[in-house]
Amino acid sequence: MLLTAWTLIKILAITLPVMGAVAYLTYAERKVIGYIQVRIGPNRVGPLGLLQPIADAVKLLTKELIIPSGASKVLFVLAPVISIVAALAAWAVVPFGPETILADIDAGLLYILALTSMGVYGVIVAGWASNSKYAFIGAMRSAAQIVAYEIAMGFALIGVLMLSGSLSLLDIVNAQQGDWGLFSWNLIPLLPLFVVYFISGVAETNRAPFDVAEGESEIVAGFHVEYSGMTFAIFFLAEYANMILVSALSTCLFLGGWLSPIPGVPSGWPWLFAKMGFLLFCFLWFRATFPRYRYDQIMRLGWKVFIPVTLVWILVVGAWKLSPWWLW
Amino acid sequence: MDFMTAVFYLFSTVLVLSGLRVITARNPVHAALFLVLAFVSASAIWMLLEAEFLALTLVLVYVGAVMVLFLFVVMMLDVNFDTLREGFWRHLPVGLLVAGVMVTEMVLVVMSEGFRTAPAPEARGFDYSNTHELGMVLYTQYLYAFELAAVLLLVAIVAAIALTLRRREGVRRNDIGKQVAVRAADRMRVVQMAPEVPAFSRPEAADGEAAQ
Repeated sequence: MLLTAWTLIKILAITLPVMGAVAYLTYAERKVIGYIQVRIGPNRVGPLGLLQPIADAVKLLTKELIIPSGASKVLFVLAPVISIVAALAAWAVVPFGPETILADIDAGLLYILALTSMGVYGVIVAGWASNSKYAFIGAMRSAAQIVAYEIAMGFALIGVLMLSGSLSLLDIVNAQQGDWGLFSWNLIPLLPLFVVYFISGVAETNRAPFDVAEGESEIVAGFHVEYSGMTFAIFFLAEYANMILVSALSTCLFLGGWLSPIPGVPSGWPWLFAKMGFLLFCFLWFRATFPRYRYDQIMRLGWKVFIPVTLVWILVVGAWKLSPWWLW
Repeated sequence: MDFMTAVFYLFSTVLVLSGLRVITARNPVHAALFLVLAFVSASAIWMLLEAEFLALTLVLVYVGAVMVLFLFVVMMLDVNFDTLREGFWRHLPVGLLVAGVMVTEMVLVVMSEGFRTAPAPEARGFDYSNTHELGMVLYTQYLYAFELAAVLLLVAIVAAIALTLRRREGVRRNDIGKQVAVRAADRMRVVQMAPEVPAFSRPEAADGEAAQ
């Protein structure tokens, strides 16, 4: 009983900060994009607009929930739940430090892959249950896109597995510990795979420039066009929680997790959060910089560029690791 | 009944009920989603049997990939439910016969000696790696069978693509190489020119019009 209570406290200790981070990521997004576009961004609610996310949350909470009359009601309500469950449950195996992890399960990476692949159901079910053509087109686009990029993502992870020899995220980070700091990380031998993984992560979270599932200027808002109030907010939460998750995973898999980049400087969780923060900034930067990909270009990039690149690099890393020129 | 047994019964109840709904649900999309639920429950039961690699692979492959494509197709079909239910009573005897044979076979297998004496898996610690053990067996003892299966799958992929690939005449296609090679200068020209004042904004012209 005591163990269960302790586990529940640990779950809350992860979930609540993730929710807070999501709230302030939306604020950071508006500020960062504002400055990139030579605007100020939100500055009315609280000092520097810092209470803006709270105001947004209260607004969304008090709005009316509308269920379209032609919708499949149970599935319509279930869809945001599927999205947020998949986005939050994956955090169970993310390590924050050498000892700080909720569940160090042996097949951690597989668990994350399995759960993130379930997130697509939120989008598909939402699109279908809404009984709206824009939502349906968004869901179809999203399904095709996620299936394509998941394969490239999986191949990129195989490279990580080859170097660390374990599926546990704790072991993967520990395997990147070395005398050369930054140069001991997986980033250097797996640079193409890191690029593929991160861009696939951007595509999997349906973020710009891969946001064809939402495509405001083409299909209104895509799969969540019929959602209002809190059900809409939950899709929003799931998207941002997934962004933070992809940043955390890229950090643990390729950028050495909590390890310090400079030899001699102690490692610790501030490094983890600094790296995650940088990757999250990249997400916002991409959105402000790139125009949306055309749909056939997205498919081509996923199937014809990323998958061959990962296949070749897995071969290169395998041969390199067995050769006498392996440096790590 | 300890906790694990309770969890097992919970998941097996969900599994059986969702399996039943797969064949009884009227809407094919609902049926496909119940099949997803059945896969997830089956995966949870495998997890209770300490087969976490298989359990997670089941979710990853069937729920994450196969069923997404399945739903993709089912959702876009415009199925007429009345024609589907047509001839239910006419085909019922054949269906019952097949079902009877299958149930008898399954009962015979499940009731046989070998099926019942399989020992329960022993509980292992957190450091025991199911994946590692599976990998060791697959890449040593069963290497040839494993590689053969891989080649078979590859052949299936190539065959599927070859069967569905159509080269149609008279279709305008994008030449990706040309698209990528395009530079801004190919599409846009910046020219220097003297400023022009449009005719309607001249004050004297406006005055003249007002005078008329």
